[in-house]
Amino acid sequence: MPDAMNLTESRPLAGASPAPATAPPAVEFRNVEVAYGKFVAVQDFSLSIEKGSFTTLLGPSGCGKTTLLRSIAGLVDITHGQISIGGRRIDDVPIYQRNIGLVFQNYALFPHKSIFDNVAFGLKYRNVPKAEIATRVTRALEMVRLPGSERKLPSQLSGGQQQRIALARAIVFEPEVLLLDEPLSALDANMREEMRVEIKKIQKQTGITALFVTHDQEEALSMSDRIVVMNAGRAEQIGTPQDVYDRPATKFVADFLGKANMLEGKVATVTGSVASVTLTGGQSVQITSPRQLSVGEAVTVVVRPQMLTTPPPPGASPLRGKVVSSSYLGGRVIYEVDIGEPALIRVNTAISGALAAEGAAMELGFAPADCVVL
Amino acid sequence: MTADRLPATAKRGWSLYDPRLAWLLVAPAALLLICFMILPIVVMGIYTFYTFVTAGVEEASLTVANWHEFFTDSYYHGFLLKTLRVGMVTALICAVVGYFPAYFIWATAFRQKWLLLLLLIVPFWISFTIRTFSWIHILGEQGLINVWAMKLGLIEAPMQMLYTEGAVIMGLLHFLLPYMILNIYVSLEGIDRTLVQAARSMGCTNAQAFREVTLPLSLPGLAAGLMLCFVLAAGSYVTPQLLGSGRDALFGNLIYDTIMGQLNWPMGATLSIVLFFILGSVAAIYTRFMGMSQIVKGLGG
Repeated sequence: MPDAMNLTESRPLAGASPAPATAPPAVEFRNVEVAYGKFVAVQDFSLSIEKGSFTTLLGPSGCGKTTLLRSIAGLVDITHGQISIGGRRIDDVPIYQRNIGLVFQNYALFPHKSIFDNVAFGLKYRNVPKAEIATRVTRALEMVRLPGSERKLPSQLSGGQQQRIALARAIVFEPEVLLLDEPLSALDANMREEMRVEIKKIQKQTGITALFVTHDQEEALSMSDRIVVMNAGRAEQIGTPQDVYDRPATKFVADFLGKANMLEGKVATVTGSVASVTLTGGQSVQITSPRQLSVGEAVTVVVRPQMLTTPPPPGASPLRGKVVSSSYLGGRVIYEVDIGEPALIRVNTAISGALAAEGAAMELGFAPADCVVL
Repeated sequence: MTADRLPATAKRGWSLYDPRLAWLLVAPAALLLICFMILPIVVMGIYTFYTFVTAGVEEASLTVANWHEFFTDSYYHGFLLKTLRVGMVTALICAVVGYFPAYFIWATAFRQKWLLLLLLIVPFWISFTIRTFSWIHILGEQGLINVWAMKLGLIEAPMQMLYTEGAVIMGLLHFLLPYMILNIYVSLEGIDRTLVQAARSMGCTNAQAFREVTLPLSLPGLAAGLMLCFVLAAGSYVTPQLLGSGRDALFGNLIYDTIMGQLNWPMGATLSIVLFFILGSVAAIYTRFMGMSQIVKGLGG
C-alpha cells in the first residue's frame, strides 16, 4: 500500500491549506460531501478536531452525523472534499489501514469469540507479539472494570458490560481516533448515565481523541469538549457545550438543545446597549445584544424557560398572560402561559409562595441580558 | 385473556390455548406417522428375523441368519462403503460449490433478493425424474457433449460419461444443490453485518474478515446442508438407477434388487433397517451437535 499513500500525498490539496503551524489536528474534515445518488446526506462540512479532545456530533436522526462518522471509519465513501487523520489524508486509504477504534450502538462483539479474543482482535492484526497482547488485553479489561472476564463469551455479559468490552476492544490498540456511534442508546436509563461517566473518564485517562455521535442533548452537553450541532447535512453551530446552549446561533440549535421560547418581533427603540422589541402580539420586551440592532429590524428573541421568572425581575418590562397549564416538579414548577403570541411561553421557575392556578393571570419577565437575539 | 374475563363456567369449556385442543390438532399427523411410518418400520424389523425359503417364499420361524449374512458377507459391506463414500463426496462438493451462490445472494446490493431465491426453487417445478433423465441427453453417447466434441474434432470416439459414478454424483448435485444453498443462505442472513464492519475497522482485509467472522458464523448452516445432502444422497435410489451402471448402484438399489429381483423379503428388510439405522444415526448425531451450537448461537443473538 505505500504506493497509494504517496499518490495521496503528492496530490494537490483542495482549497488553500493553512501553513502547518503546530501539530496537525487529530481529525480534519475539509469541505466534505457525501451523496447517495441524488440524496445529499452531508454537504460542505468542515471541522478540525484537536488531539485528545472529546467532540460530539449532535443532531436529529437523518442529519448526517452517523454518515460523517462512518466516512472517517471508511464505511461510507465521501463524494467530495477530504478527511485527514493526524495530517495524513485518509479518504483513499482502505478501512483496515486507518487505525481507528469504532464502538457501535449494538456493541458488535463477535459472538463466537471469547472476551479475550474479542479484545485481542485489533492487536492480532497489528502483529503484536503474543505476550504483549496478553498484558495489553488485561490492562484494557481493568480499565473498563471487567478484569477476569477473558474466558467468557459476550452473551454471558449484560448489555452494559458488553458495551464496556466493545470500548476496551476499540482502545486497546491505541487508535488515533475513537469513534463512538450512539454507544449508549441501546442501554437502559440507569446504565446509560453510568456509562456516560465511564466513557468520559477513560477518554481523559487515555488522552485519546474521541468523536461521539448522539441525538441526546444531555449526553452531548455532559460529555463533550466541543459540540457540533447538525441539521439536514450541515453543521449549524460548532462550540463548547456552554456556547451552544447559552448562545445558540440559529433557531434550530436553540430549539434542539433544551426547550427554548422563541419570541418573534421588531426592534422598536434602541437606547445605548438596551433595545426594546415589540412582539407580534403587541407586548414588548427589553433585550441586550452584542450585535448592533437597528430600529425596525425583525428579530427572534430566544429565552430559556429557566431564565423567566414570575414576578419579573426588577427593571424588566413585564409580559402579561394567562396560565394554561402548570406542572409541579417539587421545588420548581413549569407553567405554560398564553401571552398572546403564536406559541405558549414556557416558564421553569422556583416556587415562591402559592402555585398559580390554571387560568390565573400572570406577569413574567427576564433580565435583558438573559436572552439571545437572532 | 378471555379466560380471565369470563366467569368460571368458561374454564370447563374449550379455550384457544387449551392443551387438549393441542393434542386434538396433533392427532391426525401423529396417527398418519404411526400407521404409515412407525408400524411399517416395526413390521420390517420383525421381517428381518424371518427365514428365507425360496424366491417369494418366507417362513415365520425366527432366525438371525439374515443379520449373520449381512455382517459376514463383504458384498454388502462394499455397497455400504460405496454408498457412504458417494454420499460424502456429493455433500462436500455441494458445500464447496453451493457456498459461493449463497454468499453472493447474501452480499449482493441487488434489491430484488427474493427473485434470486426464487430462481433457486425454480428447478423444483420440474419433476425430479425428468430432471434426472435430462442428463442422459447431455452425457449420453449421442448426447450434447459427445456430439459437439466429435463435431469439433476434440475426440474421435464418444466418451463414456453416462452410467458412471461421476454421472451419478452429477445427478445428485443437480438435485441437492438448492438445499445446500438455501441452508447456507439462511445462516448467513442471520449474521449481524456490523460484525464484519467491526472486524474491518480493526485491521482485517475483506478476506480476513470473512475468515474471522462470516465463515465461522455461517458454519451451522453449512453443517445443516452437509447433513441434509449426505442423507438424501446416501438414501437415493432413482438417480443411480437412471444414471449409473450396475456397478454404480447404491444401497437403495441393492435393497430394490433384493426385494424385487431376488424376491428375498427377509434380506431386503434387513438391508432396509441397516440403511435406516445408519442414516438415522447421522441425523441424530448432527441434531445433538447442532443443538449445542444452536445454544451458542441463541446466546450470541
